[in-house]
Amino acid sequence: MATTGELIKADAMEEKGERARMASFIGAMAIADLVKSTLGPKGMDKILQSTGRGHSVTVTNDGATILKSLHVDNPAAKVLVDISKVQDDEVGDGTTSVVVLAGELLREAEKLVALKIHPMTIIAGYRMAAEAARSALEAAVRDNRDDFEKFRSDLVNIAMTTLSSKILSQDKVHFANLAVDAVLRLKGSSNMEAIQIIKKCGGALKDSFLDEGFILDKKIGVGQPKRIENAKILVANTAMDTDKVKIYGARVRVDSMSKVADIEAAEKIKMRNKVDKIIGHGINCFVNRQLIYNYPEELFADAGIMAIEHADFDGIERLALVTGGEITSTFNDPENVKLGHCKLIEEIMIGEDKLIHFSGVAMGRACTIVLRGASSHVLDEAERSLHDALCVLVQTVQDSRVIWGGGWPEFLMSRRVEELGRKTPGKKSLAIDAFATALRAIPTIIADNAGLDSADLVSQLRAAHSADGCRSGIDIISGKVGDMEKLGIYEAFKVKQAVLMSATEASEMILRVDEIIKCAPRQREDRM
Amino acid sequence: MALAFDEYGRPFIIIRDQETKSRVRGLDAQKANIMAAKAVARVLRTSLGPNGMDKMLQSPDGDVTITNDGATILEQMEIENQIGKLMVELSRSQDYEIGDGTTGVVVLAGALLEQAEVLLERGIHPIRVAEGYEMASKLAVENLTRIGQTFEFSPDNIEPLVQTCMTTLSSKIVGRCKRQLAEIAVKAVLAVADLERSDVNLDLIKVEGKVGGKLEDTELVYGIVVDKDMSHPQMPKEIRDAKIAILTCPFEPPKPKTKHKVDIDSVEKFEALQAAEKSYFNEMVQQCKDAGATLVICQWGFDDEANHLLMHENLPAVRWVGGVELELIAIATGGRIVPRFKELTPEKLGKAGLVREKGFGTTKDRMLYIEQCANSRAVTIFIRGGNKMMIEETKRSLHDALCVARNLIRDKAIVYGGGAAEISCSLAVEAAADKISGVEQYAMRAFADALDMVPMALAENSGLQPINTLTAVKAQQVKEQNPHLGIDCNDVGTNDMREQNVFETLIGKKQQVLLATQVVKMILKIDDVISPSSY
Repeated sequence: MATTGELIKADAMEEKGERARMASFIGAMAIADLVKSTLGPKGMDKILQSTGRGHSVTVTNDGATILKSLHVDNPAAKVLVDISKVQDDEVGDGTTSVVVLAGELLREAEKLVALKIHPMTIIAGYRMAAEAARSALEAAVRDNRDDFEKFRSDLVNIAMTTLSSKILSQDKVHFANLAVDAVLRLKGSSNMEAIQIIKKCGGALKDSFLDEGFILDKKIGVGQPKRIENAKILVANTAMDTDKVKIYGARVRVDSMSKVADIEAAEKIKMRNKVDKIIGHGINCFVNRQLIYNYPEELFADAGIMAIEHADFDGIERLALVTGGEITSTFNDPENVKLGHCKLIEEIMIGEDKLIHFSGVAMGRACTIVLRGASSHVLDEAERSLHDALCVLVQTVQDSRVIWGGGWPEFLMSRRVEELGRKTPGKKSLAIDAFATALRAIPTIIADNAGLDSADLVSQLRAAHSADGCRSGIDIISGKVGDMEKLGIYEAFKVKQAVLMSATEASEMILRVDEIIKCAPRQREDRM
Repeated sequence: MALAFDEYGRPFIIIRDQETKSRVRGLDAQKANIMAAKAVARVLRTSLGPNGMDKMLQSPDGDVTITNDGATILEQMEIENQIGKLMVELSRSQDYEIGDGTTGVVVLAGALLEQAEVLLERGIHPIRVAEGYEMASKLAVENLTRIGQTFEFSPDNIEPLVQTCMTTLSSKIVGRCKRQLAEIAVKAVLAVADLERSDVNLDLIKVEGKVGGKLEDTELVYGIVVDKDMSHPQMPKEIRDAKIAILTCPFEPPKPKTKHKVDIDSVEKFEALQAAEKSYFNEMVQQCKDAGATLVICQWGFDDEANHLLMHENLPAVRWVGGVELELIAIATGGRIVPRFKELTPEKLGKAGLVREKGFGTTKDRMLYIEQCANSRAVTIFIRGGNKMMIEETKRSLHDALCVARNLIRDKAIVYGGGAAEISCSLAVEAAADKISGVEQYAMRAFADALDMVPMALAENSGLQPINTLTAVKAQQVKEQNPHLGIDCNDVGTNDMREQNVFETLIGKKQQVLLATQVVKMILKIDDVISPSSY
């Protein structure tokens, strides 16, 4: 009488063995198929409409963004969403590829399971194949770190390859150069905070530019100088409104109007003292994170100091970083405070908006990219695309190994994996062959998305890759097999490796599952 | 449902709300209980051994866990049935006591109950079965002690320890880099072990995980890793020979606990208060500075002004550090936790050779490494992995490995794995059973059969013919008088577990047998189940 139905809660679900495996395969493949059509230079975009108020709309073809906004229920699908997110955090690009590859690996695994091959055998085969693929990839990398000119052109090529699948593909040369310049300014550090991206509606995407200074999206106080040369900047995080007494329980209690006036005056004097102290630092520009009330603003204006209020936290940190000043909160010790410096501060106009532009900053690493575009959706997508490109470039600067793109690495790996499969005895070889097939699926999908004859192209490529040292890949523009080096389609080794390893890991994880137990969903109050 | 009737056939009401309760009694109760326990065991059976499969568990909030750790599966399954809950407890107590073998113990208990069911159907009284099991378990434990071997290792030769941990890890998803993780686990345990007292305090090992990177990037840090960063973005990111002030008081004006009010009614008072406030911060920072601290770690937050003063005085600081972490830092650096600024003295400062901030990936995540501590007996295992589930699973697997290493340091006796110990015990129990007269003989034989279920499940999960393999190994054990023969799960070609280096701790195995027997006895003794029926 006591069956498993009674064992766990009434609403809970339990799926076992083949059914569990089927459920997770289907879930994972559905997710992979969902983002499949966004892969490659001719991939399509998706519209995401949020369920929140306003039903805001996002148009994107960034895998991570699409998956992040999905509310999936299938546990296996969640694993894939998760790896795409991690890929985004870690290398920034390849978020779609990793999901598609994992999906293809599972699709192949499903066929093997149908042939009654134990999942553990498949996993063992996949592990061997992934290792072979990785070493094949590692053997084929090129490193141009020592030759700056070549390295730069590598970087531009990588950026163009990344951007070609995004909305920026029309102006990819422009943006690739923009991104490379920005990243090279970092001089090898991976601190992406120094690159600021400002989005302003209006103009065309082509009008976006890289500014070597720092742009703060704030206004200068009334009556204060709009242009300062050789600026000495004090970056502060202090209350410039009423400066409360912070001792607990303190409050003002008076018994007559005159006393109120007295205290008000004392407050005013206190503020005046504070401002005097700030001015005493010998500065001509004061940037505060918090509000500056009218009274101190007026005092600053009198002293001929530019005061900028309410710069957000990121802005302050960046500003302190680029101008070399420290963020101050007390002002008693003017000699020891490090002030920030820059050559010129001026108010500039971009489109309709006024912005404050700091140029000639002490730390030459920082820069700002101003994106222009027709609508906020275009700008958002452009920012995501540029972010991908920047991430990849930063990674490449650190690990300068590059490989060719356009399906070249997949074919190289699949050839090595197939060779391994031929040498391996036992059932594992079937899994290894399946791995090779899954790898070849990626160029197939890229070609399909571009509306090309994938079967023909892929078989041609495969034949071309039977020779050593082949550089052929799919040339999406002409729809033929082309020389990747001549076409300048490059990819970063680190991204490809991460795609390969995480996809294998995720598919292994899903394959190992033979039982799914869904607990009863937590009962929520009906808020309707 | 009724318990008793009067002469007109009307029921006496004995239990409150009698009509709403369901009641099972006698053999039916035992059978129902056994069914439930078996169902739980069946869930875990496929997770046993190096080729065991994983379970995917979705929590009430939709989070997904993928694991093959018995204790974790059962805990997250949210089992409703009372007997099922007993099995969960069983697995949990094995986890607390030993830390490994949580799946094995449930499978064994399930097998014992399955055998008992057959005996009950033959009309053998459950108490006699329980007694037989008790006798058999004593024999099995004796046999385990007999075949157990002492395990030789020393801090210079950690290889045997690493091998054991590798056995534990091989059944998990992290099997891919078991060698590396096993070494990490052993080194971590040895770092905190007190070899003279043969004791290990696992609290000194902190396991921290961060999503990203590869599993291979997992590292052992001789020191503490805290998921925090410096309170001010411009504080130095690396401090050498740090003297650490560990504070549990905030850098904020004091807040007396008694209710009070400060009334400001004149300009003088207003100004005096302002000055007092300012001097608080100055004093606090100065006190830290005077004590000679070069780094302040604080449990609470900082006021903006205090933050800047610290920065200005070139005194790096970390805020919002959790209580547990604070304690670990205190242990590692040999410092004292100071609750008041006044009590800060140079002797109470902790010392660390290197404190540095390290960033990861493209996001802004940073962690604080405190290394080369005065007291190096606190270590951190820092796990990297493809996704959150992977890290959680690695944490669980490492916990098992750590426990195994600890148990070996506590007690150096081992038995061989791969079902070898179970087969040997089963043979011993079966041989002894023939000498016993009475019904218990049957129970003991049943116990021996139940012990066989473990190697059988192992063989089944590895895709081998369960019965063929088991009988072959059993015959070989008898023929060669060799208790080290087990199931060759990994297809290595030999079934001598000594050659394969597959072993488990003796104490863990003993505990499995004892705990499983206890729970089974308890379940067998139940002959009446009264539960509120909601249907």
